[in-house]
Amino acid sequence: MMNYLDFEKPLAEIEGKAEELRALARRNEEMDVEAEAAALDQKAAEMLRELYRNLTPWRKCQVARHPDRPHCRDYIEALFTEYTPLAGDRNFADDHAVMGGLARFHDQPVMVIGHEKGHDTKTRIERNFGMARPEGYRKAVRLMEIADRFGLPVITLVDTPGAYPGKGAEERGQSEAIARSTEKCLQIGVPLISVIIGEGGSGGAVAFATADRLAMLEHSIYSVISPEGCASILWKDAEKMREAAEALRLTAQDLMKLGVCDLVVAEPLGGAQRDREAAIHDVGKAIASMLAPLKEASRADLIAARRRKYLDLGSKGLAA
Amino acid sequence: MNWITNYVRPRINSIFSRREMPENLWSKCDSCGTMLFHRELSDALNVCTNCGHHMGISPRDRFTALFDNGVFTEVPVPKPIEDPLKFRDQKRYPDRLRAAQKQAAEDEAMLVAEGEIGRTPIVAAAQDFGFMGGSMGMYVGNAIIAGCERAVATKRPFILFSAAGGARMQEGILSLMQMPRTTVAVQMLREANLPYIVVLTHPTTGGVTASYAMLGDVQIAEPNALICFAGPRVIEQTIRETLPEGFQRAEYLLDHGMLDRVTPRGQLRDELISITRMLMGLAPPVAGDLPKPAPPAVEAPTPETETPKAPSET
Ligand SMILES: [Zn+2]
Repeated sequence: MMNYLDFEKPLAEIEGKAEELRALARRNEEMDVEAEAAALDQKAAEMLRELYRNLTPWRKCQVARHPDRPHCRDYIEALFTEYTPLAGDRNFADDHAVMGGLARFHDQPVMVIGHEKGHDTKTRIERNFGMARPEGYRKAVRLMEIADRFGLPVITLVDTPGAYPGKGAEERGQSEAIARSTEKCLQIGVPLISVIIGEGGSGGAVAFATADRLAMLEHSIYSVISPEGCASILWKDAEKMREAAEALRLTAQDLMKLGVCDLVVAEPLGGAQRDREAAIHDVGKAIASMLAPLKEASRADLIAARRRKYLDLGSKGLAA
Repeated sequence: MNWITNYVRPRINSIFSRREMPENLWSKCDSCGTMLFHRELSDALNVCTNCGHHMGISPRDRFTALFDNGVFTEVPVPKPIEDPLKFRDQKRYPDRLRAAQKQAAEDEAMLVAEGEIGRTPIVAAAQDFGFMGGSMGMYVGNAIIAGCERAVATKRPFILFSAAGGARMQEGILSLMQMPRTTVAVQMLREANLPYIVVLTHPTTGGVTASYAMLGDVQIAEPNALICFAGPRVIEQTIRETLPEGFQRAEYLLDHGMLDRVTPRGQLRDELISITRMLMGLAPPVAGDLPKPAPPAVEAPTPETETPKAPSET
């Protein structure tokens, strides 16, 4: 069963009708519905193309949060071999909103770290909807340190609404944990590649996405605040999220113009959720292409270039 | 205590209601409601003389009280491009900026200065909560980078007074990018082996707390300052339970191991002198009145050297 977004409702109707017709034909062999169903398919395909030709920023937010999108776990499973999860921050707990460990990418040993949102009610609760606590960031710091010591490239997959706003998380130093994770990203002398596969929510995303190269999926977002949050503060009305999404310039395309994103990975028509395998495959290709030119770089050069990249950021606006 | 505090104030307190408070002579403490004579309040660095409540203080007033004889030199901050996103909510961002500049009589939400405290050369930066909630945008990022670069160039400790509601939404992702940018600046200090001391003041929240404000070698907070990543209202909405007394306040953070010290504003200067001198391996500070410091060194006014360099060019 597909999950449809609100703006996909007309599409859902047509696809549903075609599906019904075919189901009817399966029960009644004399019926020939194929011509009619094919016409509906055609119409649905056109509508899908039309809908996704020019997604508004708010619709992109919706697609970025689509529950059927491939998540961190799916990418790790498909793109890496010998994935060996490493758990815990050696201090308080293991945060299941952050997964990570040793793995091979095209046979090369790497450290892979990412936010995992979960795919059904049970796993979503287990993963805390991808909202990490301090333990998650501290685990990431620990993993990056291992990678740094043993010369393994780090690959991060970003998909979080933001860091978890909870009592315990605050008491255990959510701010400090995020700050240290960002700091670690800027300190390690190994290549650091990041891909925003869905939502890049504020500081919780920065802690992993501060990288040599940052790729974003075509319909992913990266923002200082959620459109809803921005709308309720600046418009005093959370329902103004469409306007806020527009103003924040949070799409991969705008971030490319602003120099924050280095590569936009095209998604299958209708979004990564419509053809998960193809989306995962293309992310794999993007990681390989970003990693290759960094393999020969020295530790010092990698660190210096990464810092330079961030110091220089923002020197041009959208006009550039 | 003088005759004003003993006699006049109680009468004034009873005569004036909140609305009728005379603007230019008296202020009312936000916490205990006591009417405070302006002069008295500014002498106490905006700390209520009755209850000890710490009210906001502008970076300029803070620096005047911090530096020896109130003498400091501003460190130039490279101006970022204005309104990079052409942001518009109910107002245009440039209009909000103008209004803030007019109200605060400052260019932006951070002031960077160099000078001496107890004859100890330092570079300091202070965030201005009165300027668009102290929000961290590209200017604040540039200010911190300029301050750290100046500290490294002159081999001085860097002291930062934080105060912010978080990132400046009107600069979108570019405000968020100040988190890594300022972190790079802090790393410059660390690599040069220079002390980085953070004084967290009320309030310090959001992306500011989650970057440079939590990376100090020594973390000091002013009493009762709200310091957090997610604000208490957001948390209450998420977990649907009331939060404990003093949650996310300076003393609470101290108890939870997130700070080194909580120090009243009136004692901060002495403490900063002492800490910076020890970390820099200098002799103990001289107690009592010091002779007037030499006037601040003014660089030769050749246009080339006066032009503030963008951080990317240095
Ligand atoms: Zn008071």
